[in-house]
Amino acid sequence: MDPMSISTSSASWKSGDGVSDQFPAGLRVLVVDDDPTCLRILEKMLRNCLYEVTKCSRAEVALKLLRDNKDGFDVVISDVHMPDMDGFKLLEHIGLEMDLPVIMMSADDSKNVVMKGVTHGACDYLIKPVRMEALKNIWQHVVRKKKHEWKDKDYEQSGSVEDGERQQKPSEDVDYSSSANEGNWKSSKKRKDEEDEGDERDDTSTLKKPRVVWSVELHQQFVTAVNQLGIDKAVPKKILELMNVPGLTRENVASHLQKYRLYLKRLSGQHHNGLGNSFMGPTDPTFGPMSSLNGLELQALTSTGQLPPQSLATIQAAALGRVANNKSAVSVPLVDQRNIFSFESPKIRFVEGQQQHNNNKQVNLLHGIPTNMDSKQLAALHQSAQSFGNINMPIHSQSTQSNSVMGQMVQPQSRAQILNEINGSHALNIPSSVGQPVFSQAIPSAVLGRNGIDNVRVQTHASVSQPSALVDFSRSQRAEFPGNNTFSKGSGGFIPNYDVFSDLNQNRTDDWGLQSVGSAFDAPQHSNLQGRLDVAPSVLVQPGFSSDQRRGHVRTPSGNKVAFSAADGLGNNTNLGQQIKAEDMGFQNGLFPDQFGQDDLMSALLKPQQEGLVPVESDFGFDGYHLDNLPV
Amino acid sequence: MYAHAKDGGGVGGMRKKEGPVNLKIYTMTRNQLQCQAAYMRNSLFDQGYLDEQFVQLEELQDEANPDFVEDVVKLFYTDSARFIRNMELTLDSRPLDFEKLDDIMHQFKGSSSSIGAKKVKRECTQFQEYCKVGNFDGCMRTFQEVKQEHAGLKKKLESYFEVARQAR
Repeated sequence: MDPMSISTSSASWKSGDGVSDQFPAGLRVLVVDDDPTCLRILEKMLRNCLYEVTKCSRAEVALKLLRDNKDGFDVVISDVHMPDMDGFKLLEHIGLEMDLPVIMMSADDSKNVVMKGVTHGACDYLIKPVRMEALKNIWQHVVRKKKHEWKDKDYEQSGSVEDGERQQKPSEDVDYSSSANEGNWKSSKKRKDEEDEGDERDDTSTLKKPRVVWSVELHQQFVTAVNQLGIDKAVPKKILELMNVPGLTRENVASHLQKYRLYLKRLSGQHHNGLGNSFMGPTDPTFGPMSSLNGLELQALTSTGQLPPQSLATIQAAALGRVANNKSAVSVPLVDQRNIFSFESPKIRFVEGQQQHNNNKQVNLLHGIPTNMDSKQLAALHQSAQSFGNINMPIHSQSTQSNSVMGQMVQPQSRAQILNEINGSHALNIPSSVGQPVFSQAIPSAVLGRNGIDNVRVQTHASVSQPSALVDFSRSQRAEFPGNNTFSKGSGGFIPNYDVFSDLNQNRTDDWGLQSVGSAFDAPQHSNLQGRLDVAPSVLVQPGFSSDQRRGHVRTPSGNKVAFSAADGLGNNTNLGQQIKAEDMGFQNGLFPDQFGQDDLMSALLKPQQEGLVPVESDFGFDGYHLDNLPV
Repeated sequence: MYAHAKDGGGVGGMRKKEGPVNLKIYTMTRNQLQCQAAYMRNSLFDQGYLDEQFVQLEELQDEANPDFVEDVVKLFYTDSARFIRNMELTLDSRPLDFEKLDDIMHQFKGSSSSIGAKKVKRECTQFQEYCKVGNFDGCMRTFQEVKQEHAGLKKKLESYFEVARQAR
C-alpha cells in the first residue's frame, strides 16, 4: 500500500465501492485511551498498518472530535476504563450519533465485561495488551458495517448489487482476530444469504435507507426465534434459520441481535449513561410526520439503549420513507416526536449544552434518520418535551452529565417518580429518559402483554411495579406520539397518540407506578416475551392506538411507536406492525408493548374496570399478531 | 527474535551482564556491543522480566523511529510514577477503598503489560487478588513487590538501552 495514497484510498473506499487498491490503508482511526503509554503504542501500531491515526486521551475530546468531523473517521478504538467517561458510554454515544464501528479495549478479559462490550454494540473487543495482528484487521469492521448498510439498501431496492460487492468481501483475506467477536462475524462476511438479496420484505420496503426494515412481524419472528434458542445461545445463523424469512441475511440478523441485546441490557436498568445525549444525535430535521414519532421514539429507544441507534435510524427512515413514499400520510406530528426525543435529547442536549447539537441535534435523535422535523417542529417538540420535561425534569438535569438522556432523566428523579409521572400523565416524554428504563423493562412486559396480554398481566402482577411501568410506558409512549399523527386511518390510533400526549399528562401519574418497572419487567417479561414481544410492537402500534382511544389515554410515547407502525401501515391497519420495518420497530414492539400493553396492562392491572388486557389483545389481534384486528 | 548470542559475554572480555557496563562500553567494538545488547535482551526474557509484548514494541521500531522502544518505556516510567503516587495515597487513606485500589492497579497493570513488564504485571495481578478479598496486609506487601519489580526493571532496561544504542 502506498502511504501517499492514504487519503485517496480512504476516500475511495469510503465511497462505498467497497474496495480500493489501497484499502485498507488510509483507514481513519480515532483511538481513545487515557493511558499515554498504550496510546502511544497503539498509535504506532496503527500507523504501521498504514492507517491514519488520531489519538485522544479523553472521551469527551474524542466525542467532540467526532462531532466536529462528522465524516472524518472510519472507526473508533476506545479503552473501556477511562476516568472522564466510561468507555461503554462513549460507545453508545458514538453508535447513536455517528454510527461508526467502535472497538473496545481493555486489560480486563472477564466474560461479563466482554459481553458488555458486545451488548453495547461494540464491533469488537480487544484484550490488552493489544497486538499488532489484532489491529491489522480492524478494517473489516468498517467494511462490514458499510456492507450491511448497502445490503439493506439493496434489499429495499430489490437490487442485487450486493452480491457483487459481497463477493469481494469474502475473497478478502479476512483474519478475524477479534477476541470477543461473535463467531458469526466471519460467516457474515461470506454472505451466505445471497438469496436474501431478494428483499422479500414487507411490501412497505420502500425505504431507501440502507437498513433492513424490521417490521413488527419480522421482529416478532426474530424474538420468537431468539427465545426459542435461548438468549444466550441465540446466534444469528440459527435465528435466521428459525425465522426462515427469505431475503433476510444473517448479517441483518446479527446486527439486529446486537441491538436487541443492547435493548435487553438496557431493560435491566442500566441507563445511567449518556445514552440519552448522544442518542439524541443527529436527526435530520426532515423528519416526516411519521418520522417524528418514530424518530423520537426510536431515539428514545436508542438512547435508552433499547433501540439500537441503527434501529432508530431505520425506523425513522422507515417512518420517513413511509411518510415520504407511502401515501399513507402518516402525519405523525413531528411535534410529538420531538417531544419524545426532544424530551430526552433536547433536555439533555440543552442541558448538556450540546456543543454541536442544536436543534439539529435534537432532531438527530433519530440517528441517521432524516427527520423531517424542521426547526419549528423541533421547537414544538421541544416544548412538548418541556412539558414532559416537567416530569422528566429531574432527569433532564441529570442527563446533562450523563449521556443517557433517558437514563439520566430517570435516574435523578427516581424512577418511581418519573414513572409515576409518566404513568399518570403522559409518560411520553420520558420515554426516552424515563421511559427508557421503563421501557426496557417494561417492554418485555409490554411485549408480553401484547402478545399475551395474559402473560403480561401475569408478569406484571408479579412485579407490581413493573406492570405499571409497562403500562406507563405504553401510555407515555402513546402520549409521546403527537396525537396529531395523521396516520392513515389505518393506524388511527397513532395519531391520537400524539394527542394523547397531552392527555397523558392528565393521566394519573401514579397509576403506572413505574418505579420498579425496569427491573420487574426485565425478568418476567423476558420470558414471556417470546413471541409476544414481536407482537407487541405491532400491537402497540395499533392497539395502542386503539386502546388509547378506547381508554382515552393519551400515550405519547407509545404513540411514537405506534406512529411508527402506523406510518408504515398507514395503508393497512393490520400491517402497522409490519410497516415498522425498522429494527426499531422490533424493539418498539418490545418496548412499546407497554403502550399497547399499557393500556391493556394498565387496564388489566390497574384498572379492572378498564378493558382487560385480553380484550385489548383481541382488539389488537395479539393472538394473531395481526394488525387487522386493530380497531382503527 | 531471540538472537541468542551465547558467548556475548566472552567477547571483548565483557563477561558481566550487568554492573559497570558503561565503563566497558567504550572499549568494545560495535560487534561486541551488539552481542552484549543481544545477551542482555535475551536474559531479560529468559529471566521473566519481559514478555512477548516487548517484542511487539521492538517490531514497531524502525529506521524512522529508531528509539521507539526506549521512548515508550520512558513514557511508561514517567506515567507510572503517578500510579504509584495514587496508590500510596489511597493505601494511606481511611477507610480503605479496595475498589479504588483495585481500580488504580488495574490501570497500572494495563500500562505495564503494554510494555511487556512481565513480573510487574504479575505482582499487579496479585495485588488485585488481595484487593478482592480485602486483605490489606497482602495488598501492602504486594505493593512493595510491585514497586521493587517496577524499579528493578527500570534499571535493567536503562542499561540495556544504553548498550543497544551504542551498538547501533
